[in-house]
Amino acid sequence: MDSVFNIDIREHIPNNPLLYQPPSYDSLLYRRKSSTIGSKRRSSSRGRFGSLNSVKSGGSTIKRQDDIEKSLLEERPVRELAKSMKEKRAVRDQRSLKAQDLSDWGQWRQNTRRCLKRLKDNAEDRLSSLKLWRSDIRQIEARFGTGILSYFSFLRFLVVLNLVIFLLMFCFIMLPIIIIPYTSANITQNDQDHGSVCSVYPSSTRLGLVIFHEHITDLLSGGGFLEQTYLFYGFYKVDKIQYPNGTYNLALAYLLATIAYLLVSLIWIVKRSATGFKQNLVKDEDSFQCFCNKIFAGWDFCITNEKVADLKRSSLLYELRTDLEEERIKQEKAKRTRKDKCQIYSLRLVLNVFVMVVLAACFYSIYLATTFSQEQQRKQVKVNFIMDLIHEYLPSIVITLANFLTPLLFSVIINFEDYSPAFEIRFTLIRCVFMRLTSIGVLLFSLWSQITNCGEEPCLCGYNTALYSCWETRVGQEMYKLTVFDFIIIVAVTILVEFPRKLIVTYWKSGLSDWWGEQEFAIPQNVLEIVYGQTICWIGAFYCPVLPAICTIKYFLIFYVKKLSLIQNCRPSTRPFRASSSNFFFLGVLLIGLSLACVPVTVSVAQINSSRACGPFVNYNTSWEALTASVMELPHGAQTFLYALSSEAFAVSFFVVSCLAMFYVIALAGAHKRVISQLKDQLVMGGRDKHFLILKLLQAQRLSQAQPRASGSKSRSRGSPSYHTSFNSDFPEGLLLVHPVPNSSTQV
Amino acid sequence: MGATASQLDTGKLSEYEELTFLTKQEILLAYKRFDKLVPKEEKNRIDYRVRMEDILELPELKFNPFKERICKVFSTSDKKDGSLDFDDFLDFLSAFSESATLEIKSHYAFHIFDFEDDGTLGRQDLKQLVNCLTGKADKTSLTADEMKQLINNILAESDIDKDGTVNLSEFQHVISRSPDFVSSFKIVL
Repeated sequence: MDSVFNIDIREHIPNNPLLYQPPSYDSLLYRRKSSTIGSKRRSSSRGRFGSLNSVKSGGSTIKRQDDIEKSLLEERPVRELAKSMKEKRAVRDQRSLKAQDLSDWGQWRQNTRRCLKRLKDNAEDRLSSLKLWRSDIRQIEARFGTGILSYFSFLRFLVVLNLVIFLLMFCFIMLPIIIIPYTSANITQNDQDHGSVCSVYPSSTRLGLVIFHEHITDLLSGGGFLEQTYLFYGFYKVDKIQYPNGTYNLALAYLLATIAYLLVSLIWIVKRSATGFKQNLVKDEDSFQCFCNKIFAGWDFCITNEKVADLKRSSLLYELRTDLEEERIKQEKAKRTRKDKCQIYSLRLVLNVFVMVVLAACFYSIYLATTFSQEQQRKQVKVNFIMDLIHEYLPSIVITLANFLTPLLFSVIINFEDYSPAFEIRFTLIRCVFMRLTSIGVLLFSLWSQITNCGEEPCLCGYNTALYSCWETRVGQEMYKLTVFDFIIIVAVTILVEFPRKLIVTYWKSGLSDWWGEQEFAIPQNVLEIVYGQTICWIGAFYCPVLPAICTIKYFLIFYVKKLSLIQNCRPSTRPFRASSSNFFFLGVLLIGLSLACVPVTVSVAQINSSRACGPFVNYNTSWEALTASVMELPHGAQTFLYALSSEAFAVSFFVVSCLAMFYVIALAGAHKRVISQLKDQLVMGGRDKHFLILKLLQAQRLSQAQPRASGSKSRSRGSPSYHTSFNSDFPEGLLLVHPVPNSSTQV
Repeated sequence: MGATASQLDTGKLSEYEELTFLTKQEILLAYKRFDKLVPKEEKNRIDYRVRMEDILELPELKFNPFKERICKVFSTSDKKDGSLDFDDFLDFLSAFSESATLEIKSHYAFHIFDFEDDGTLGRQDLKQLVNCLTGKADKTSLTADEMKQLINNILAESDIDKDGTVNLSEFQHVISRSPDFVSSFKIVL
């Protein structure tokens, strides 16, 4: 009998369905039966390929197994069963027969449930057909795959987000003012400083004969005839509106609308990124499933174009080769000597310092450009039309140039830093993101320094009245200019760079066209472009309430421009961008933009004195005071509550509680990870146990068959356990296995 | 099978709606497309089976490296020749539709990738799968060493009970953690 225990584990085991189920499968079935919710993972026991998995019955135990399975399957709709249409019809007819046995109440319940489900499906279908650009996006998906699709659906999301923000601002700020003539309402403006130098706001509309190109300058720079319109903050010089029914505090509404749109954007983005974040977190925690993901989910089944299919193949090949190489590099890196490590680290340090120096140089040039531009505008030096425009747009031009040159520089530098290929891409992207978003911050900082700097003496009105009688409008104009310039650049690059490139590469075969190559749709750069535009929109919406509407139109047009460029000029990128991680990347960068946008808005609302000559906050020192003033008008209880909320005690305890919650969740995640690894070991053990037991049974079976018939029949009549035949035509002798009786504990 | 789409009566339409993940419009469109593949003489037969060669000409499948496997998996023909009748065609579209559950998709994906039809994904299956994805089916694009390293990595990630093959449960487990699967395993007419 010793031979039974010395089993070579590699001995070939015939295919048997029991082997493929994780241990305690029966207990799992029982657990599922008691809970009414069927888990959606293991219906494979009745798969379509019946040759191996079908259970050819033979015993009472098997019938019981079938009953259990049937009652489980009844919980789920027919279409979720992985069977052929004929089998599904059979199941459905069986169920309806059973349903007829039910009482009237049961039948009525089932019918209503079915009707409601059908209604819900129809409604969802209608809603999804209303989605903007559905057919366009589907076209793009078929030709270019899911990576580029994610860019366009991101663009669609931004269009809708901007529209919602604009509706918010419109309903709460513009609409009350617009309907004033139609209702008998009075505007109250407390002109306490009337006559003081702070409240002088010279009109900027041009008088006399206006040359045509000056209108264009005004349109492009937001000055002149556009300055004192609904477009900018300065127009809303209304504190409260007295309607017949009550008073509408416009100043407070303006402030609250700003906070509201920032919150709405935050919540929407977080909600959208929640699933992507979870998956990314899981992926990073566990050993990378990158290979399985690429092999099993690598092929885009929506591809209908031969060239795209070839490209997909080559990009998959490239990805796999890169990953394999990365693995080899990792193994080599582990063998690095200390001397090598020191060399690499010092080189990296030098290069990082160099990068920071370059960034500082860029920021300083932006600062210089802004101050120069503001000076020129102030002096009202009119050289000629073009020079005026250049002076107006100087900060935008410098920012765009810097954003164009620095990615090229970064991609050159990263080659020397000797990182793994995947990390290289990510790190370059992080640097580009930082560059783009911080340049806006630098622009605003330089504007702020101009506004609050009055020379040697402290400012009379809290800001430099001589230069900026309405500084918020000026900031709004800068944001407006940035938006317009951004849009012009995107369209111009498409028309003036990409189309000629396509023409040259197609029609003029030369060394230049070979080196330059066809345009690739570089997703990261395009995403950074639109995130940059959205950040400007968030900052500018406070100073220019119509800016979200302008951005909506801008992104709407950009969709069509980019789509045209994609179809006409581009070939899909050879460096593939995974659809799943791209969603997370886009929304992550957008969140960084949002948090960056909150800083200038908060500083200007809370710190800088609001203009005395324009805007809704004429009667307050800072814009935030509008809120505190209205809080003081609330009943006493609400006041104390709100003061308690903003006190330090509350803030500290809230911070401590959220830290505790975070630590708890992290500890929980660590515990789960340990449990998962334990369970994995258990599964491996379980698999080995099964092999061992089945081999043992095989041997015992062979021994019993070798013995004479008489003893064989005796053994057969002895037992009550039932048998079932494994259905494998390849195997010469039928393998008789004891099917575990459910009541006995055969948990491996 | 009739000449016009209206021949698919509402009773059958709602039955198909119940048994698949497709909407009414999708079923009607599928009917139209399937009808084009049926030759004129056979249009009156209810359960005519379109040959595999004709199905493979559909633009959605033409450049798909798994097109033969798809036909074989969804075919319920006794001759095992990959021919599809309209029911099979709808099953195929339902499994690849946007609203199909992950379980259905992973179940059919497993059988599509199982080139040897033995119920598990062994080394040979995985090798053929990689070749389909990266190069022409008969020519290997990866070197032997790279292929070995790749298959070892795949098995290390997905083979839980370490028996050298990936069975259905392990496959479904891997797929449930694969974020790209649902978006890529999709065909829309």
